Amino acid sequence: MASIAMDMPIVAADRREARIAWLLAAPAITLLFLFILLPTLAVIVLGFTDFELGYGGFRFVGFENYAELIGDRTFRRSLWNTAVYTAIVTPVSMVLALAIALLIEAETRAKAFFRTVYFLPVASLLVAMATVWQFLFHPTIGPINTFLAEFGIAGPNWLGASGTVLYGLSIIGIWQSVGFNMVLFLAGLTAIPRELYAAAEVDGARSWLDRFRLVTWPMLGPTTLFVTTISIINSVKVFETVKTLTEGGPNKASEVLLFTIYQEGFVYLRVGYASAMTVFFLAILVVLMFLQYRVLDRKVHYA
Amino acid sequence: MSAHSLSLGRILRFAILTLGALIFLAPYIFMISTAGKAQSEIFSSSLTLIPEQWSYVENFTKALSRVSMLTLLLNGVIVCAMIFVVQVVVAIPCAYAMAKLKFRAARLMMVLVMLGLLVPIHATALPLYVAFDRLAVLNSYTALVAPFSISVFAIFLFLQFFRALPDDLIQAARLDGMSEIGIVARVVVPNAWPAITAFAIFSVVAHWNDLFWPLVVVSNQDYATPPLGLLFFRAAEAGDDYGALMAATLIITLPLVAAFLIAQKRFVEGITMTGLKG
Repeated sequence: MASIAMDMPIVAADRREARIAWLLAAPAITLLFLFILLPTLAVIVLGFTDFELGYGGFRFVGFENYAELIGDRTFRRSLWNTAVYTAIVTPVSMVLALAIALLIEAETRAKAFFRTVYFLPVASLLVAMATVWQFLFHPTIGPINTFLAEFGIAGPNWLGASGTVLYGLSIIGIWQSVGFNMVLFLAGLTAIPRELYAAAEVDGARSWLDRFRLVTWPMLGPTTLFVTTISIINSVKVFETVKTLTEGGPNKASEVLLFTIYQEGFVYLRVGYASAMTVFFLAILVVLMFLQYRVLDRKVHYA
Repeated sequence: MSAHSLSLGRILRFAILTLGALIFLAPYIFMISTAGKAQSEIFSSSLTLIPEQWSYVENFTKALSRVSMLTLLLNGVIVCAMIFVVQVVVAIPCAYAMAKLKFRAARLMMVLVMLGLLVPIHATALPLYVAFDRLAVLNSYTALVAPFSISVFAIFLFLQFFRALPDDLIQAARLDGMSEIGIVARVVVPNAWPAITAFAIFSVVAHWNDLFWPLVVVSNQDYATPPLGLLFFRAAEAGDDYGALMAATLIITLPLVAAFLIAQKRFVEGITMTGLKG
């Protein structure tokens, strides 16, 4: 009996606490609905309409936009280019980042200096540095081709030719993302207990390669997976360099997903059609995240 | 260990790192060098780094006169500061409620936060643009800031940090008669500085560099942020005046790079801690 009487103020206090919790979370919840959930739902709905900015009405067209997407050569080109760009930038920037991280980690002097240098591109305004790269890539007066000419090699018209433009953009993408990946790898490397290396050595892992294979690589598993996902997502989101330097050209050779969406939605104002593209883009991100969770669950567990 | 001896391996390692560093620094070196060259010298396409004739003053004057660099940088600072302050003020109380209060909706909130982490601005841009157009708020600081007022990533980051705060600390504050808002302001925030600095770096780097959203909502130079301003500058620039263009890029890149060089340890820590989102 007494305990019930005692509980009453506790229940009241709980209720008060819950009310305060709602109050504290209210602005965040409101904004979350307003700027994330609602627009996401809206983009899905708009994907089923023929809405165009500047025209009053719109009607639901079912899957018409998606059917158009499948046959849209620009969109297909754009998907392909994004895939190629990702397939180049992600592995190269990861291997380089891991190699640099290992070298820096092993180096005793000038560690901080090298870390700063390789990280510098991450802290630099990409649009500005893309402009610098455009100069470096300039077919006639650019330092890269001038340098190649010293060896008698005629450099290509990097960003101006449809055969090389994706490679040029990839080089910029790699240059920009190595430092970021490197910092994550460095954090992963420092977290590996030193004793493991000693133990591996006792067990006969004499060479550097043995130690890397037996200790470093498996212990870096979670970091590597993590860096892979982020790198892929960031590559899929490539936009700045394309918008600044090539506008998707020449001849759609550097048309990438976000640029196509931007062009359709905000330049041609075909909101409905661009929304369908956006849903496609969002689906790619969801699949990537889902894959990461799955792999994380299965593979990289070590107790 | 042979780490201190000058073994062949060490020399090789150092050589590779140095060569790589030179390649990574090359764009900066050429940017600084070209910003000081006259047009004729740039077109002579030599690899000489020191300008024959110092044209820094000329190129910088040109860069500053075409587009108001000061306005751009100021806009960048205003927009980034507004975004960061609102994000923190909104996210911290919410994360606190989820971490430390009896909050039934906490689990649902967690699901929403995880969903929100998946959705970049590129996905919500179209409906937001249509809405902002209807509300006639395009070309304003509001348009630049509003979509980023909520950062689910901030909630996620602070939530993890707050969970680690000892309950006793909060209980003690309650016994002292502090209100929950008082606890957030005077107990939680002072204890969360590492997370707040890390998030500040993440947020500022992301929004200082963002081109997509400003490009969508701003067409008026008065509200242009640094990346967008540079795009306008490039558009206004007739032909290949690379000297002035490099001067402009130098002016625009410098502030964040300087901030990074001054506080690089914080930067690296911040990026590592927030690496999650990328």
